[in-house]
Amino acid sequence: MFDTDNAKNTMTQTDIKFSAKNVQVFYGENHAIKDVNVELEDKTVTAFIGPSGCGKSTFLRCLNRMNDTIDICKVKGDILLDGEDIYDKRVDPVQLRAKVGMVFQKPNPFPKSIYDNVAYGPRIHGLARSKAELDEIVEKSLRGAAIWNEVKDRLDAPGTGLSGGQQQRLCIARAIATKPEVLLMDEPCSALDPIATAQVEELIDDLRKDFSVVIVTHSMQQAARVSQKTAFFHLGNLVEFGETPQIFTNPEDERTESYITGRIG
Amino acid sequence: MTDMATNNDIVPPAKSSLLALDARTQRRNREESTFKALGLGAVGIGMLFLLILLTTIVSNGVGAFTQTFINVPVYLDPAKLDKKGERNLDDIKKVSTFGYSPLVLNGLLELVQENGIDTPFEKSKQMKSLVSASAAAKVRDYVIANPDQIGETVTFNLLAASRVDGYLKDRVKREDVARDKNISAEHLDLVDELVKAGIVKKGFNWSFITGADASESRAEQAGIGVAMMGSFFMMLVVLLLSLPIGVAASIYLEEFAPQNKFTDLIEVNISNLAAVPSIVFGILGLAVFIQFMHLPQSAPLVGGLVLTLMTLPTIIISTRAALKAVPSSIRQAALGVGASKMQSVFHHVLPLAMPGILTGTIIGLAQALGETAPLLLIGMVGYIASNPPDGIVSGFMDPNSAMPAQIYEWAKRADPAYYERAWGGIIILLLFLLTMNVIAVILRRRFERRW
Ligand SMILES: Nc1ncnc2c1ncn2[C@@H]1O[C@H](COP(=O)(O)OP(=O)(O)O)[C@@H](O)[C@H]1O
Ligand SMILES: [Mg+2]
Repeated sequence: MFDTDNAKNTMTQTDIKFSAKNVQVFYGENHAIKDVNVELEDKTVTAFIGPSGCGKSTFLRCLNRMNDTIDICKVKGDILLDGEDIYDKRVDPVQLRAKVGMVFQKPNPFPKSIYDNVAYGPRIHGLARSKAELDEIVEKSLRGAAIWNEVKDRLDAPGTGLSGGQQQRLCIARAIATKPEVLLMDEPCSALDPIATAQVEELIDDLRKDFSVVIVTHSMQQAARVSQKTAFFHLGNLVEFGETPQIFTNPEDERTESYITGRIG
Repeated sequence: MTDMATNNDIVPPAKSSLLALDARTQRRNREESTFKALGLGAVGIGMLFLLILLTTIVSNGVGAFTQTFINVPVYLDPAKLDKKGERNLDDIKKVSTFGYSPLVLNGLLELVQENGIDTPFEKSKQMKSLVSASAAAKVRDYVIANPDQIGETVTFNLLAASRVDGYLKDRVKREDVARDKNISAEHLDLVDELVKAGIVKKGFNWSFITGADASESRAEQAGIGVAMMGSFFMMLVVLLLSLPIGVAASIYLEEFAPQNKFTDLIEVNISNLAAVPSIVFGILGLAVFIQFMHLPQSAPLVGGLVLTLMTLPTIIISTRAALKAVPSSIRQAALGVGASKMQSVFHHVLPLAMPGILTGTIIGLAQALGETAPLLLIGMVGYIASNPPDGIVSGFMDPNSAMPAQIYEWAKRADPAYYERAWGGIIILLLFLLTMNVIAVILRRRFERRW
């Protein structure tokens, strides 16, 4: 399994989607991310792993400037998306977030109908010119999130009435409905049961065809199952970044090794 | 070893039976039932006070909704009402209510004689104290509206005098009439006979709900309708100003404003504003709106502006609480799909906060509706609006009173007939508040059912 993945990786390796240079993040006095340099590839699943509080979510939120909403958070360094600095003064984070979608730890569907949940993004970005087009986007997104068959008969039912796993897949559908280029997922399975987790993981593997996916996870097994690249964070440092199989079988840094063997975490 | 021993002390004996309550459980159960009893007692006391309040209000005030009427056929004498006989409205209008009064009393005397009622009164004038002073005005208004009826005999349902009404409602006692120069025992005898003959009757008093306040001597004629209009126009001003201003301010403070010393200061001031006594807003209104801006005195517009100042902090505080209660995951979800801050607020946060905002607004409005003190200072208390406002502009700009001010005014007056009306006014005020609360509940349901 790893072999085939690696083969794909080598083919797309030249496509760098995100490139972070000397990224520092401060929450007031708290230095949460310390000089992180990393390049994330297109059409690849990259996993961020590391002990709790090491800055995985913080770094992920830098990628779609979600940190802007936290008053005390200051980001330094450069993050380039397709070669453009997303922290440039001319960049409107709203436009950026349409390109870089996000799925959160806790499923957070809008308290509206399933249809409206998915249609919201396309509506505000004007992606559909007619009701029929919007219907099509909604169906495609729900299919893409592998939830269409479960909800196709009750699109008018409230999204909050679904089960946890369904809600999370609905959130994924909502995120991909705006046709983003990158999908950020912050521990998307931590609130889900094993069956729902398996469904979402399978889905992530599918999504890789169309998007680059960055997933934060506290489960090393999950990182091994879904990702091609893995980044290990420790106390705000990016300790090690490389091919997933290599990180898990032959880590270079001893902190990585301690973590994956369960000695720190 | 010692450790083991202490452990054994803490752990309950292994052989205790589940079927028997141990001492600790018994004590906890006792505490729980004591607390339940105390809580129940507290609720009971609250309910008791509410019950006492409601029964007092209803028993004292329900009388204001019925009124004693006298059915009198009045001969509209052309010799008195239109001497020239030309039915010229200008001529007819020259006859004042003093010209009508004898006609009404004559009609009553004839009625008494026709019915063979035995009475010491021989002159119609002697019956003056049975009929409301408003009766002549009512007949006059009718004649001016229908001049062609002059010369006919028309039956009018006229208000009985307040003493007569009081007698039938047990407010005026026979023992008291000796000291009362408005009415005598003979009059009361006559009233008894008239009641028997079906000429004097109690009926529902619409004019209490729709009418205007009357002078001190005509309690039977006074109504709360015009003051109600005053309150209505004030509430319109309060709603139209305080809801948008309050909600906009709250959204800005809660969702957009940076957290710094300045916004902290604003926050503290808003909380303090909510605790400022309402009379302070009244004197502020007097100084700013009337003396500085020269808005008309006693006008519902000014009253509404003053009450807006008073209501704003309430609305802002409850709106902010409602906004705070919306989980931030909703905002993040919206921002995450590329909504702007404003879109996330208006599409998602605000609809979710709506029930709370509406509740706060209605509570604020209800407070404003029942507020009397600030109205004292802008001249809305004690003003007798004898005519309902004509048109919307006049509703806002012309001097008027408000329901609680009217109630206060009535409670101040000496005639016990007004005391009853004050309670009646309170019933109406409470009905208004009840209606507002029902509206709040309905709106809340509406908004909640959207998802
Ligand atoms: N909103 C915030 N305000 C202040 N400090 C924060 C905030 N979010 C995270 N932090 C701090 O940043 C550090 C990294 O947190 P986070 O990125 O959430 O870690 P992880 O997702 O890896 O568990 C922690 O020390 C945490 O306390
Ligand atoms: Mg995290």
